[in-house]
Amino acid sequence: MDAPAVARKAQAGQFVVIRIDEHGERIPLTIADWNREEGTVTVVFMEVGTTTHRLARLGTGDSIADFVGPLGLPTHIDKFGTVVCVAGGFAVATIMPIARAMREKGNRVISIMGARSKDLIFWEEELRRVSDELIVTTDDGSYGRKGLVTEPLLELLQSGTRIDRVIAIGPSIMMKFAARTTEPFGVPTMVSLNPIMVDGTGMCGCCRVSVGGETKFACVDGPDFDGHQVDWDLLLARQRSYLDEEKLSFGQWEAQEAGSSGTKA
Amino acid sequence: MPKLDLNRIPMPRQDPKARGKNFNEVALGYSDEQARTEAGRCIQCPKRPCVSGCPVDIDIPGFIKAMREDDMPEAVRILKAKNALPGICGRVCPQESQCEAACTLAKRDAPVAIGRLERYVADWERAHKDQTEAPTKPPVPTGKRVAIVGSGPAGLTAAADLARMGHSVSIFEALHVAGGVLMYGIPEFRLPKEIVQAEVDYVTSLGADLKLDSVIGKIDTIDELLDCGFDAVFLGTGAGLPMFLDIPGENLNGIYSANEFLTRVNLMKAYRFPEYDTPVKIGRNVVVIGGGNVAMDSARCALRLGAEAVTIVYRRSEAEMPARREEVENAKEEGIQFRLLTTPKRFIGNEDNWVVGMECYEMELGEPDESGRRRPIPKEGSEFIIDCDVVVVALGTTPNPLIASTTLGLETTRRGTVVADENTGKTVKDRVWAGGDIVTGAATVISAMGAGKRAAADIDRFLRG
Repeated sequence: MDAPAVARKAQAGQFVVIRIDEHGERIPLTIADWNREEGTVTVVFMEVGTTTHRLARLGTGDSIADFVGPLGLPTHIDKFGTVVCVAGGFAVATIMPIARAMREKGNRVISIMGARSKDLIFWEEELRRVSDELIVTTDDGSYGRKGLVTEPLLELLQSGTRIDRVIAIGPSIMMKFAARTTEPFGVPTMVSLNPIMVDGTGMCGCCRVSVGGETKFACVDGPDFDGHQVDWDLLLARQRSYLDEEKLSFGQWEAQEAGSSGTKA
Repeated sequence: MPKLDLNRIPMPRQDPKARGKNFNEVALGYSDEQARTEAGRCIQCPKRPCVSGCPVDIDIPGFIKAMREDDMPEAVRILKAKNALPGICGRVCPQESQCEAACTLAKRDAPVAIGRLERYVADWERAHKDQTEAPTKPPVPTGKRVAIVGSGPAGLTAAADLARMGHSVSIFEALHVAGGVLMYGIPEFRLPKEIVQAEVDYVTSLGADLKLDSVIGKIDTIDELLDCGFDAVFLGTGAGLPMFLDIPGENLNGIYSANEFLTRVNLMKAYRFPEYDTPVKIGRNVVVIGGGNVAMDSARCALRLGAEAVTIVYRRSEAEMPARREEVENAKEEGIQFRLLTTPKRFIGNEDNWVVGMECYEMELGEPDESGRRRPIPKEGSEFIIDCDVVVVALGTTPNPLIASTTLGLETTRRGTVVADENTGKTVKDRVWAGGDIVTGAATVISAMGAGKRAAADIDRFLRG
């Protein structure tokens, strides 16, 4: 994405809010990479609803109405010692700049990336380059190690290796279990929350999450929070707020797509 | 003394039954005939108390006189000399406590309907562009650059005035459209967005450069703006941070801040979902908590979305409600129910985390508090439950901390507002002014415009200094 103003200030862990066109919704997408000289920003997303499906159909030279950012607080980067970066699914894109920044700061970085199956694996080499060690898992065993990312994470913790910090990013359910895995070991675990947002600047409170019993706005107080303090069930429930509407909107889009490709053919 | 005509012309409005089902404007505006008659009621008194009642000093008797002389282009010119946003002000200003309260005829309980006439003139101009767009003499450029942060009423007014003074003005707006609360907050049926857009376009036509999607504090800080070529900065970022009740269950699904609910409906046009992608829960039993204009707007939006019952829950009695009388009446006419002297204790959810009820206390009024209003006190043992599936919390807003937290040397209060001189808008920080809700906390459109105007005058003095 050509967005020089965003590229100039982007930092690991921040996000943008995008809107495709006049009729579109505003959705947050995490910044995966940037090039300050060229003024470009990379985002990686999964096709889940109307907006992301439409976004995926755009190509080089296309433009969207709005690309706002960088929003949210950057990930806290410091020299911790050994940092384990855990990425589930397409969050490998989100963890990349964090792992890179952690390594540049002098940490030993162990990365774990997991996907459902081999064909959903991407940026493996990119992540390997910025990690001292990389473990790849797939749910179905079609590539790397069979199993969930929490399994090698648990083994690392049990092996007696000193781990000073864990960064876990991915679907909420994966982050929840990653945080549960590290909790008995007392290893500080940061997660990047992805609740539904509208403005992304602290104005509406749609993205409120409960952390340590306190309500926080993920868009301005986060998106990174202490994974051991997050009320995961609340987050998961709030993410389901508009399931019916999302289905309706997506069904309508699919029907339209089918109609227009039909006429083209 | 001219003969007093105490028959104020009422505003034609959409029928309450019909309008509860659409988002079209409720107040329809005067006809030419009605406007002429109402303008005729002004006695052109020499004291002109209405002008001192106006926060932006509009020459009210002047524009009304031009109307009476059938010189509409002149009425437009007089009005816009002081007010760049007349179509907005004519609709949402609380004239009853400002210009109209000061009107000489108000002593006889029938002030001239100044707001309605202002609206008429603004609407006339939009419909007669060809007759009014006389080429105005462009100002002599001063070569000075001013950054306006926020494009709500304060920012737009400051931008218009500074541009007319010959300064080079850039407006930075975080959202994808300009207008701030005029776009995301006030609903279409009270302030059509087409009118806001037309008045924003007018401000940019004066030479102000509008930069949308630009979150100051993120893409650039105030200090960076001052370092990279701006001679002065005006902060008009409003009060965008919603307040919540801080009671159990507040994060259940279906509970919205008024900011979120109104932003979804107004800015994102959720009332036209799925034609527009942003959804909003419609709800069968909607409860709105609060007694201000924002609570009325939220309740009336919920009704128009199709809710079966909409109830406003307010902890004091009707007399203490901060909303405009007119808006309370509109809400009542449309069938909004009021549960006064009631305050929520906690929200009740189902197994899916959706709100299904709200436990409330009945309240009684005690001694007056610091606001001068009688303090509401919960009645022991009075708890009862209201069934609801959507709740809108409209308790007010405080300034978004983004600017204050990223700017060195700004002084803020405990409430998060920025400290600025009341007459000039000058903050304690060099070359930085502020005005509107960011300084006062949530207030009115016109008071923010007044602050923008005073700051523009002071910035101009400083830049020419």
